[in-house]
Amino acid sequence: MAKNVLFEIGLEELPARFIDGAELQLAEKTKNWLEELRINYASIETFSSPRRLTVLIHDIAENQATIEEEAKGPAIKIAQDENGNWTKAAIGFTKGQGKTVDDIYTKEIKGVTYIFVNKVIEGKPTESLLPGFDEIITSIQFAKNMRWGEQTLRYARPIRWIVALYGNQVIPFEIAGVTTGNISYGHRFLGSELTIENPLDYKVQLRKSYVIVDHQEREKMIIDGIKLIEEKNGYQVPIDPELLDEVRNLVEYPTAFLGAYEEEFLTLPEEVLITSMKEHQRYFPVKSGDGKLLPYFVAVRNGDAHAIETVRKGNEKVLRARLSDAQFFFEEDQKNSIEFYINKLSNVVFQEKLGTIRDKVNRVVRLSKEIAEKLATDSNTTVLVARAAELSKFDLMTNMVNEFTELQGVMGEKYARIFGEDEAVAVAIREHYMPTSANGEIPGTLVGSIVSVADKLDTIVGCIGVGLRPTGSQDPYGLRRQAIGVLRILTERKWDISVADLFGIAIELYRNLNLEHFNKETVVDDLRGFIQQRVAFVLKESGIEQDIIQAVTSGEIGVIATILKKASILSAKRNEESFKPVQEALGRVLNLAEKTEEVEVQPQYFETDSEKELFAVYEKVASNYRMLIEKGDLEGAFHELETLTDPIHEFFDHNMVMADDEKLKNNRLALLNRIALVLNSFADLNAIEWKQHF
Amino acid sequence: MNIQNMILTLQKYWSEQNCILMQAYDVEKGAGTMSPMTLLRSLGPEPWRVAYVEPSRRPADGRYGENPNRLYQHHQFQVVIKPSPDNIQELYLESLKALGINPLEHDIRFVEDNWENPTLGAAGLGWEVWLDGMEITQFTYFQQIGGLEANPVAVELTYGIERLASYIQDKENVFELEWTDGFTVHDIFKQPEYEHSKYTFEESNVEMLFELFAKYETEAKKTMDKGLIFPAYDYVLKCSHTFNLLDARGVISVTERTGYIARIRNLARSIAKSYVAEREKLGFPMLKKEAK
Repeated sequence: MAKNVLFEIGLEELPARFIDGAELQLAEKTKNWLEELRINYASIETFSSPRRLTVLIHDIAENQATIEEEAKGPAIKIAQDENGNWTKAAIGFTKGQGKTVDDIYTKEIKGVTYIFVNKVIEGKPTESLLPGFDEIITSIQFAKNMRWGEQTLRYARPIRWIVALYGNQVIPFEIAGVTTGNISYGHRFLGSELTIENPLDYKVQLRKSYVIVDHQEREKMIIDGIKLIEEKNGYQVPIDPELLDEVRNLVEYPTAFLGAYEEEFLTLPEEVLITSMKEHQRYFPVKSGDGKLLPYFVAVRNGDAHAIETVRKGNEKVLRARLSDAQFFFEEDQKNSIEFYINKLSNVVFQEKLGTIRDKVNRVVRLSKEIAEKLATDSNTTVLVARAAELSKFDLMTNMVNEFTELQGVMGEKYARIFGEDEAVAVAIREHYMPTSANGEIPGTLVGSIVSVADKLDTIVGCIGVGLRPTGSQDPYGLRRQAIGVLRILTERKWDISVADLFGIAIELYRNLNLEHFNKETVVDDLRGFIQQRVAFVLKESGIEQDIIQAVTSGEIGVIATILKKASILSAKRNEESFKPVQEALGRVLNLAEKTEEVEVQPQYFETDSEKELFAVYEKVASNYRMLIEKGDLEGAFHELETLTDPIHEFFDHNMVMADDEKLKNNRLALLNRIALVLNSFADLNAIEWKQHF
Repeated sequence: MNIQNMILTLQKYWSEQNCILMQAYDVEKGAGTMSPMTLLRSLGPEPWRVAYVEPSRRPADGRYGENPNRLYQHHQFQVVIKPSPDNIQELYLESLKALGINPLEHDIRFVEDNWENPTLGAAGLGWEVWLDGMEITQFTYFQQIGGLEANPVAVELTYGIERLASYIQDKENVFELEWTDGFTVHDIFKQPEYEHSKYTFEESNVEMLFELFAKYETEAKKTMDKGLIFPAYDYVLKCSHTFNLLDARGVISVTERTGYIARIRNLARSIAKSYVAEREKLGFPMLKKEAK
């Protein structure tokens, strides 16, 4: 009868967020491993809990599959002598494969006949291969690994026991000083040491020992528990799936219970209550039938209902302590005015060389106004922008944000409303931190977007101006992320502002401030390099290839939308077969133009019709090109450049550019250089590896 | 159980586990980890087992003695064992039983918490231990100390004494906790809590503190260059405490913190390196002791 195989890795409590991924990997890796080893089986089940990762293989074959493999020998010319007898080479080959010359057959490969034998690879007993499973266990990847004791293995958490059974036989191996056996452990407090006699009994034995090894079952127990509480009390408990995933992986035997907090805490902003419950305590907030927050929570205990009153009381005490802190802060914070907090910002250094946060806020106000001006917003918006910028950081001085740092901006919005600020200002205070991650949402309002860009510009230009450019993996001020934020807002809001101009505003502002450590000379170049890299990063993220990126980012960085459009035109063009003559023509111009600085074309030196013609076409193209660029018609503009192709080919066919006559030579080079200047104003076309796609 | 008996119980328990019982270290610090008995001794290959109570100053947590849960100075019970024993979780849970906490009556959980002390270039992986939702212990396997890889790995248990006591004594207010018969935390600590808070938030001489930071930093470097590790480390601790006072006063921004932290970290890093080098010169004497 086919046997079943069980592997259980016993661990100190795994981080909840690792468990699902690890279980999936275990299933995947086990399948691949068995397939590679040619070991058949009926099915695979996996289990997990905070303290174990388990795989159960049903009905595993006793042996690896035996297979026949074709072994290729020498060519028949070598394998047989002129009389048709097998040579030494042929005999040697068959012997090597454990066969005789009687087993030889022939096949033709590419016109040459070779000799072959069929080789049987005998399957080894499964039992002898199972100890190799240690490699599967150690190959599981976790987001973060650690070492322990004197072990060299890096793993999510220390391995404390391993169950490895083939039927009722222990499969012998060792990992990090732990030897396999048939002993498992139940729930830390409710369970006991268990001897697993039969892999199929695993799940039941663990359940009796208060461990539910099936995570879906644990999840169901939690949901059922919550439903029971909902029904009994007429509550509504919204189940946040992320929280549920986490909670079910924090427990081996879940018991949901209801806890309460004092009604007076409901005067706190919901965000504060929810952050306290969800983020800090992993509780599910409770709502009434009509969706209002109620002073209750659902927590999940790791264990049964015994002495649940004590557990409830303990949890309530912890939440009460957190909320009384919050309540105290909330009341204290409202005793002062917004101006009080703004003034306090003068006591806080933003950055040693860039002054206080108050100084920063003053700069952000000015930047915000200038950006609003560039965007030609109406006067009311400009007023709101200025106020939002002024209030952008005041909440950092409140007790609440000091305690709940994740609520910066959120509390600013709340307090601004309480203090009677305009709704648009309140919202912008929260939004000006956005996007908070590379792919995070950008501000939803115009006012929020402007202040967000101004705040980030100030940090980037200020830090780089005092020499704090990010290096390698070091970016303590988050300048890269902030630059991406600026670029994303520009792109997604389709602002018609050149990136260089935008940063120019901030540079100008800093120059006028005459800060001691701000390097007015180097900042422009340092910043250009930094912005180029960030723009390149954004382009790369949207799938643009490296050489195109270089071509469109080499000059001054203009309007982001334009850069993206140019990149897409060039990316498409270079893959078009019909574009070959164009790029050949343009390429020749660009190459020769590098040989000169001359731009003065003197028509009196023209000798041939083709050079006169090229000059005439050039003048027309150049003027059309400029007009189309002005209108924002990039495709039209690039098409205009393409019309130079034929005259260029004509020119090269009939003129010797590097003529002996210096005057002629220089004049022709100057003509090409003029053309090249127009071409390069579209993009640095020389950077493009045109040839690679043909 | 009053606090005094809790401490005695923990001391007895960990003493029975062959830990050296140390006394608190006499330079201000924010956490038991910063005592050289943990930070320096966790470095290098020599085995180490220690337990001690550490008064820990967190100026920013001062609340004039008015907040029921916050203190300028609280107490940690610190256990450090290198290399980490295989049964350390069980040893820890037994210590809770010794304090009268029956795990069957409670919900005890190990919740992922990756601890990091950037000022000391120290990082570790482990958990917060939750007792009915309250964090009572920080349980950490050191992975890096002073920027050096921990090898072998030391495990650190940090019990929050007042937290645990408020649970054991079922008190909502930390000042109501009984320290020993007839004396509460209020009796002993209320006045210093108020005065330290007042000093920290209102009266501290910011200019002087900035100056002191710079001076301590210079002295630490100078002393280190002479190969005097322990005195140099004392000055690093002083830098750290001075930074905490400035931070609590609200005169260092989030952005600026990074710079100060980097300065302290650089000192801690070079001290860690020198400590291991000096121990190596001595032939890692405690390693030999273990072998005997």
